[in-house]
Amino acid sequence: MEPTSFVVFLSSVLFVIGALGVLLRRNALMIFMSIELMLNAANLAFVAFAQRWAQLAGQVFVFFVMTVAAAEVAVGLALIVTIFRTKRSTSVDELAQLRG
Amino acid sequence: MTDWIVLGLLGVLSVASALGLLLSRNAIYAALFLVLNFVIGAVIYLVLNAPFLAVVQISVYAGAIMVLFIFVIMLLGAERLTPAENPPGLNYQRPLALILGVLALGLAAYVLLTRQASAAPVAQSVDASPTAVGLQLFRNYVFPFEVVALLLLAAMVGAVVLTRKTE
Amino acid sequence: MTLLIVSPILFPLLGMLINALFGQRMRERVVGWVASFAVIAAFAASVVLFVQLSQSHGEPLRLTLAPWITAGALNVAWGFLVDPLSAVMMLIVTGVGALIHIYSIGYMHGDPRFARYFVYLNLFVAAMLVLVMADNFLVLFVGWELVGLCSYLLIGFWFQDVKNAAAGRKAFVVNRIGDVGFVLGMLLIFATFGTLDFETVFAQVKVRGESLAAVASLITLLLFIGATGKSAQIPLFVWLPDAMAGPTPVSALIHAATMVTAGVYMMSRAHVLFELAPTTQALIALVGTITALVAGSSALRQVDIKKVLAYSTVSQLGFMVAAAGLGAYVAALFHLLTHAFFKALLFLGAGSVIHAMHAAHGDVDPQDMRAMGGLAKRMPFTFLTFVIGGLALAGLPPLAGFFSKDEVLLAAFADNPLVFVLLGITAAFTALYVGRQIVLVFLGEPRSANAAHAHESPAIMTMPLAVLALLTLAGGAINLPGGGWLHHWLEPVLHEAAKPLNVGLALVFTLIALGALALAWVWYRDAQRARLEVESALGRFLLSAWHIDAVYHATVLRAFYTLSTICSQLIDIGLIDAAVNAVGRSARAAADQLRAAQSGFVRNYGLLMFLGVIVLVVYFVVVR
Repeated sequence: MEPTSFVVFLSSVLFVIGALGVLLRRNALMIFMSIELMLNAANLAFVAFAQRWAQLAGQVFVFFVMTVAAAEVAVGLALIVTIFRTKRSTSVDELAQLRG
Repeated sequence: MTDWIVLGLLGVLSVASALGLLLSRNAIYAALFLVLNFVIGAVIYLVLNAPFLAVVQISVYAGAIMVLFIFVIMLLGAERLTPAENPPGLNYQRPLALILGVLALGLAAYVLLTRQASAAPVAQSVDASPTAVGLQLFRNYVFPFEVVALLLLAAMVGAVVLTRKTE
Repeated sequence: MTLLIVSPILFPLLGMLINALFGQRMRERVVGWVASFAVIAAFAASVVLFVQLSQSHGEPLRLTLAPWITAGALNVAWGFLVDPLSAVMMLIVTGVGALIHIYSIGYMHGDPRFARYFVYLNLFVAAMLVLVMADNFLVLFVGWELVGLCSYLLIGFWFQDVKNAAAGRKAFVVNRIGDVGFVLGMLLIFATFGTLDFETVFAQVKVRGESLAAVASLITLLLFIGATGKSAQIPLFVWLPDAMAGPTPVSALIHAATMVTAGVYMMSRAHVLFELAPTTQALIALVGTITALVAGSSALRQVDIKKVLAYSTVSQLGFMVAAAGLGAYVAALFHLLTHAFFKALLFLGAGSVIHAMHAAHGDVDPQDMRAMGGLAKRMPFTFLTFVIGGLALAGLPPLAGFFSKDEVLLAAFADNPLVFVLLGITAAFTALYVGRQIVLVFLGEPRSANAAHAHESPAIMTMPLAVLALLTLAGGAINLPGGGWLHHWLEPVLHEAAKPLNVGLALVFTLIALGALALAWVWYRDAQRARLEVESALGRFLLSAWHIDAVYHATVLRAFYTLSTICSQLIDIGLIDAAVNAVGRSARAAADQLRAAQSGFVRNYGLLMFLGVIVLVVYFVVVR
């Protein structure tokens, strides 16, 4: 086993834990945090490969991912706050009006 | 050898903090676990020859994003999470999610154990100092850089508009 | 010259147009006289053409108005032919037609659709003239169909009573069945001769002669089927008694004098074809005879004054058809002519009686003879003319009917003993039902309030009666036995040999007629007999015309209704609708099932996405 393979495996484990958090949690904020964990796991994989192939491109990409994650968090939290104002609850199960 | 010990330890700590995030009943505790996870991630970056990213991780992710999260949690008063009833229609959510999770983990283990890594020689370590990353950003990736800047502007405007009080 | 030849058709069309466009706004008298003058003008034109024809010794006048169909080998034009045969028919149609138009002015007085009636009547005259003046089979067929249409419109003229509408429909449908035969015959003619033009076809027959015998049998059979529909022979006669639902002048014109004779005319016109097919001719003679017998016997038990005359018409048409089947076309046409006179007379007289019985006293059926009686004293003129017509129908000399019927019987005596005997029996029946009718309607005492208060009809109705009575009295002179005027007139067209007078035969039948009339007087003096006789088994059998209608109902109609029900209930509703509905229902059901996937819960969607991702990863890792 190579160090890179181990780090990539670690990244996938973190990713699955983040996914389980998205699927099992009801609180919108918890779900959001789990999403951040997933993004972070992806970043980890990028950096591992950047080191393996000695390319800086992987690191630059991680930089961009972080920026986008920041923007996304800002807007997402603003949305959650707005919804909370009307619904008085952060449970995503209450946002089920688009049912068929 | 030492590499393996360090990486192994960091991996265990990282997974532990992620599990802490998953299983906390208190949102603040969950956020703090996530901060811990980010810090450990930064350390792993250092080990993997990405010093610039390690610092950015701490300052942006742990420093800004998580602070924002904690602010919102405290604003909404959501720290105590009461487990409510599952509405009908979501009865199979938990078992199915757990099954899928186990499946995904199994897949990852399978890949790890059966696939051979590439046999190409490890290249020379590249210069990963902030200067080098900066040069990459402003030379080869200047267009995405500008676009992302615009994206941040849009997000900023969006956040302000969304949270305005309607008169 | 063109205008003259076409004018008998144009005048009634013009009258029809005027009445159709302006009839609602004109007074009754104006509408009626416009229509009548149109037909009178047509009659005048026919007379002029007749005179021209006689001066040229029967050389026909031809006119081709315009081409109609030019499609490959088929060339049909709007062509007209005025020859001795068509001239006779034209005079009958316009002459009797004019009288009936005038009569209708009085009969239909007060009807809310007065103008519409005269529109239809004028259209009928125009169509009938097209039929008799056509110079090819297709134009003849146009007239044939148009008179059928007018018949339908006029029978169902008082359609507010659904029985009348049903009678009109029955007439049209039964005619249609015959028309199928006619059309098939036309197709076969075209296939054999390459044209539908009369003169061309008949010339070809003369040239090709015997080689055509087989196909001629088929052609003539098909044409005859058309004739049975139009001229009310077995098996397609059932529409004519029902057609009495229409106004009585309509019955007189269409169902006695003109339209029903179209079949006989058509057979006379195409006689060269029929002469090539002796089997068909034998069949025609037989059908005509049996029809005469069945209808004649049915008339013996009818209680409706018009139904007696209806069955009588069918019976007399049987005589004409039988004569045509025997090759005695002159006899058939002579009987057609005299029958037009006295049957129209009888119908108009019956109309006069019905008109009188309609007075608002009592509520009996004004057409039921059991409620009549004693009308001779109250309606003397009608009585007189009716008796003249009736005696002509019975065949008493010197009335016109005697001469024409005698010619038919003479032809039968010479050629076909069976036909002769059956026709003879029918002649006896004829006299019997005539006597019965006269006694029940006019003699004895009135048997209802309506009859007691009856009075004579106005002059506008009695004048045509007078004219027709005169024609009936004098009509025999048109074709005296042993080769009369009509025989010579039709010589260029029919080329028949005249038969000498058989005094013995004439005497025998006159005596039979007199005897039957006397018997009728003895039997029906006591009107009780008329009421009782319809209740016996024989009475019911004859009243319903040998139950033929019932047989049709039980077989053909029942089968048709079953088929119709199968198609509509089983196939249309059960199969096709069900299939279409099932498609809709299954789409709805499928949608209901699929809708469950849209639960609205974000976490569900997340689960499905994660599942999708895993599937993809498995594919890329394990399978590839």
